[in-house]
Amino acid sequence: MTPRRRDPLPGFGLSLGVTLLWLLGLVLIPLLALLLRPLELGPAGFWHSVTEPRVLAALRLSFLGALAAAAATVPPGLLVAWVLVRYRFPGRRLLDGMVDLPFALPTAVAGLALTALYAPNGWLGAPLAALGLKVAYTPLGVVLAMAFVGLPFIVRTVEPVLRDLPREAEEAAATLGASRAQTLWRVVLPALAPALLAGFAMAAARAIGEYGSVIFIAGNMPMVSEIAPLLIVVRLEQFDYAGAAAVGVAMLALSFLLLLALNLVQRLWRRA
Amino acid sequence: MSVAVRGLTRRFGPTAALRDIALETRPGEFVALLGPSGSGKTTLLRILAGLDFADSGTVEIEGQDMSAVPARARRLGFVFQNYALFRHMSVFENVAFGLRVRPRAARPGEAEIGRRVRALLERMQIGALERRMPEQISGGQRQRVALARALAIEPRLLLLDEPFGALDAEVRKGLRRWLRDLHTEMGLTSLFVTHDQEEALELADRVAVMEAGRLVQIDTPERLVEAPATAFVAGFLGHAARLPGRLAEGALHFGGVPLPPLPRAALRAAPAQDGPVLAFIRAHEWAVAPAPEGEANATLRSQRPAGGHAHVELDLAGHVIEAEAPLGLLRVGQPCRLVPQTARAFAA
Repeated sequence: MTPRRRDPLPGFGLSLGVTLLWLLGLVLIPLLALLLRPLELGPAGFWHSVTEPRVLAALRLSFLGALAAAAATVPPGLLVAWVLVRYRFPGRRLLDGMVDLPFALPTAVAGLALTALYAPNGWLGAPLAALGLKVAYTPLGVVLAMAFVGLPFIVRTVEPVLRDLPREAEEAAATLGASRAQTLWRVVLPALAPALLAGFAMAAARAIGEYGSVIFIAGNMPMVSEIAPLLIVVRLEQFDYAGAAAVGVAMLALSFLLLLALNLVQRLWRRA
Repeated sequence: MSVAVRGLTRRFGPTAALRDIALETRPGEFVALLGPSGSGKTTLLRILAGLDFADSGTVEIEGQDMSAVPARARRLGFVFQNYALFRHMSVFENVAFGLRVRPRAARPGEAEIGRRVRALLERMQIGALERRMPEQISGGQRQRVALARALAIEPRLLLLDEPFGALDAEVRKGLRRWLRDLHTEMGLTSLFVTHDQEEALELADRVAVMEAGRLVQIDTPERLVEAPATAFVAGFLGHAARLPGRLAEGALHFGGVPLPPLPRAALRAAPAQDGPVLAFIRAHEWAVAPAPEGEANATLRSQRPAGGHAHVELDLAGHVIEAEAPLGLLRVGQPCRLVPQTARAFAA
């Protein structure tokens, strides 16, 4: 018998066991159930179910909308993080707390508030409508709601990195003759890029799955402003459980591919 | 390249970081700003670079007033204490940065940038590292990269903030000598900040000693050691024992320690007026000899060989005194007679 190797960090077996059990119960089994359900349809039935024009339109809106919303959130998120980290002003803590509101607010409340604001007779909706820009009940409204819930992700991932960014790097750039814009572009932004991408990925992932805040402002017109999660609910209400699960599987696969791609970009960046 | 600073004052809230600083450097000079932490030396360096701003006073570089010139237009090389390399750029790109950000008309071509950067890296003896990232190289190598980056813009003046602060003793010694040679070979004018008196005395042509925001003395290392202008300079340089005393009746009388009075003629420096003073006595300015119990005034605490003599530490009525003695003359615990041969006295 070989003597047991002493581990300087004991408890590995136990902690891994608990973790796996946890993952199994909360993630793997439900996911497996989701994957198994559409099997009832058979391969052809599954394919037919997820390639219906209405499903494709909903998936397109959910994914492209989420990407657009996440991208649109990056500049304001970066700006908010910058202001929070770099300046001291009265009300900074208040602003700091407000950033997390989209996290804490029940999504339905956010959705109703946004709808009221951007509806054709709302405070912002009315003047925008006068300019010929319709927000509520259009894909634009969907993107707006998605951007609203995504903002905290960008701010909270960029903030710690920005705080750790040494001021000396910017000062060094200045002494080397760089203008402020050159310093931001060549020194600050590249240092923040990995955090921005991580925030972008999280905001996009959240936006893809977002339901409550989107459905009120979306208007949910099939083929136009209907998101994929809503379509799942619609199918559930029609007792088409396998069809609902099929859309779920399609979303799962697309989300997985998206996150994989973003991960790949990150890895390439790190190597460059 | 000459710098002239006049009447420079900088306050941070109620505390003055710099008070009425006046300083001039000559072309080709290597000047050290020496002082304990918090004496304002780094603030002065940052104001010269345009990274901080004086509340009053002027900075002139080559006769041109710098008050309206932003840091990026001053063309001064600045080496930061922690180097502040751009972490996401290779060594090559770090050094090339200052050339790449030039306005298009003044920007050298890609081939020219490559040629200049490589020449600098060679000169810094880090030519093989050009593709490495800053986190992949050692502290001493980072320091050289920071220097190369600062030199790439062909600065009119090189400013270094604690250039050896983050390095271990061995690397520090080697780099010191190398930096001194580089300064001479490249004909630079340099100003560096340090709190290490040996570093300042070894490297600099002239040393400016700072105390609590004031520049108390600027002189060559020899003059500084031989003729310190104030008690602070005398205490800060040259490892001297500091003893309170009194000048009266043509002699220095020590207070609280059993030492014989020193006649005024034996003192290297003394105020003209009689009165209370602080006396500074360096290790080699003492005479030590074993003595019988009745004549002894000190006890040997420890000793270690240093060159041709022993470096000894004695207990003089509770004061620890460093002195030099012949090797093998004394034993630890032995009663001794300790007599100062000379001293520098400053009005207390």
